[in-house]
This record gives sequence, C-alpha cells and structure tokens, in this order.
Amino acid sequence: MTEFIVVTSGKGGVGKTTTSASIAVGLARRGKKVAVIDFDIGLRNLDLIMGCERRVVYDFVNVIHGECTLKQALIKDKRIDTLHVLAASQTRDKDALTKEGVEKVLNELRDEGFDYVICDSPAGIERGAFLAMYFADRAVVVVNPEVSSVRDSDRILGLLASKTRRAELGAAPVETHLLLTRYNPVRVADGEMMSIDDVKDILGLDVLGVVPESEGVLSASNSGVPVILDDEASAGQAYEDAVARLLGEQRPMRFLDVPKKGFLARMFGG
Amino acid sequence: MGIFDFLRARNTSTATVARERLRIIVAQERSQRGAPDYLPLLRRELLEVIRKYVSVEQDAVDIHVERDGEHDVLELSVALPDRSAPAHVA
Repeated sequence: MTEFIVVTSGKGGVGKTTTSASIAVGLARRGKKVAVIDFDIGLRNLDLIMGCERRVVYDFVNVIHGECTLKQALIKDKRIDTLHVLAASQTRDKDALTKEGVEKVLNELRDEGFDYVICDSPAGIERGAFLAMYFADRAVVVVNPEVSSVRDSDRILGLLASKTRRAELGAAPVETHLLLTRYNPVRVADGEMMSIDDVKDILGLDVLGVVPESEGVLSASNSGVPVILDDEASAGQAYEDAVARLLGEQRPMRFLDVPKKGFLARMFGG
Repeated sequence: MGIFDFLRARNTSTATVARERLRIIVAQERSQRGAPDYLPLLRRELLEVIRKYVSVEQDAVDIHVERDGEHDVLELSVALPDRSAPAHVA
C-alpha cells in the first residue's frame, strides 16, 4: 500500500521543503521506499535542500508530458538507496500541472511499489498547492507560532476537508497532523510567542512534532544535507521524533523547555 | 529571572493577544466555510444598490446562509444609519 503524504501550510517560508526533505529521509532511513516530489513549479528548491541540484536532468513536468520515463526523472539519493527525488520544473507555464498528469505519475509510483510519496506543496492555494493535496491520504500542516501562519493553516485545513479526492469521494477524511516549526521556548516563556498548547487549541488538532528554531536548519540547507541527518542539531532530533510518531510510535515532546542557564546568566538575566 | 529584570518594561504578553485575535478570526472564518462562493460578491453588489438610496457604512450588509432542516435560508440584514445623523444620498 502506498501512502501519499502532503506537506503543506498555506503561508510561505514556514519550512515545508525542509520538513518534506527530513520526513522523506527519516522514512527512507527505516528501509521504506520513498519518493519526494517538488510541486512548486517554476520555483524548484527541494533539489537544493536534498543536495541533488546538479543531478536534475528531467523533472515532474517532463514526466507528465511524456518527454521521459518516470524512472529517468527520479533522482536516486546518494546517501540512502530507497530514497528518490522528483524535481519541479522551472517552467513559467502555470498550467503545466494537470490533475490527470499528477494522477498518472502518482499511480505509476504506486505500481512501482513505493511505500511513501511525500508531496512538497508550494505556498498559497493555487493549482500547485491544490494538486499537491488533492490525492493525499495524510497531511502534515507546517505552522509557525505566529498569527499569519496559524490563520493560513486553518484555511488549508478547510481545503483538506473539502477539496481533496477523499472529500469528493466521501471516503475517510485526509488524516491531518500539525508540525510546529521555528519554535523558540525562551520567547514562549517570555510571553512573546504562542505556545504549542495555544496553537493546538486554536486549530483543534494534535501536534505531530515541534521543531525548535535551530542554527542546524540553515547550515543543513547551506550544505544540501536534510537536517534530520544532523544528529547534533535539536531540529534534526525533533524531526526524527516526528517521523517516529508518523509511524505510530509514542514519543514524548522534547525541546519545549527553556535551556537551563548558568549562575551568571541567572543573576543578570542574560 | 535576573535581579535586573525590573529594569525591563513588562507589557501584557503579546502571545496572549495573538491567541485571542486568532480565536476570533478563526472562528469567524470557519463559520463562513462551505458557504456558497457567490456570497461575497452578492454582498458587495447589494451594498452598492443600497448605497444608491441610503448612505450606509461599508460593513452595513450582513449576509449568511443558514441550514434549516431540508433547505438553506439566506439571511440578510442591513444596518441603516442613525436617525439623528443627516442622510446623504449618493
């Protein structure tokens, strides 16, 4: 059984691609056969985050148009055998993606025996975002503890409940999960940032994981190594926990508390 | 908490403000979800027509669809200006 998972958010810059890359790696590391697809037509970026930008020959739209086979377009990850990347096209043609075309590619991935297909959605609610979520079985909604991101996430939750194939067929709804990113426990403690409970309450959904704001994320994207592969980074560990929970494991949330301060810092409130 | 923390001004937590604002707007937007797509346009056109005769506020027209058993009911309310205020017909 192939599971289609969309990583979406509505708002841009909250960490969808970072999350897609890390979830894909986390699943593939467990021996699952995984494909991760960039739906951001015209603004390809997943290849950079995955570190395979120089190996893109054919892309998603080439496959849809029959200009190459799916096999030719899938880029095999150099670190993990079971992981494959399908890059977005850099075309400016907004109508390059069609529902039929996307369905054809997803069906082929299913027939090839992939366990998971991660669909990395573009920001917004236009065609790319709509098609990334349309065939989903599950959704990971990436949200920052910040007003515009939370509001946009709620809008996306509404679309997941009404504009997907599952909704149209009257099948079981898309299983949705929240993933909080850029979480800063110090600012939460100071009352400058909404807490995990605030976001959970407002959106009425359980949280799959909380990824702390971490220097590791930038250095990971700088070097094209998904942050989950950085065992030192708190963000990497948080993604590892989230993947485990996605597979049904129970794990306590980490990185929610303010790091303990030293004596001097406590005296002077540093 | 450092001993010099009293030097920093303590405001009401902005996170609390964010949470309350979101609670309201999210509830409002959820209540409009699933309503027909033409409602915003209908509302705007109604407002234009009404404004030909009465000078009303931008948000004077309130419109929504309620489910009443078998059928949908379109509820429409228009807030007219105060009697005391001079009426200007555009």
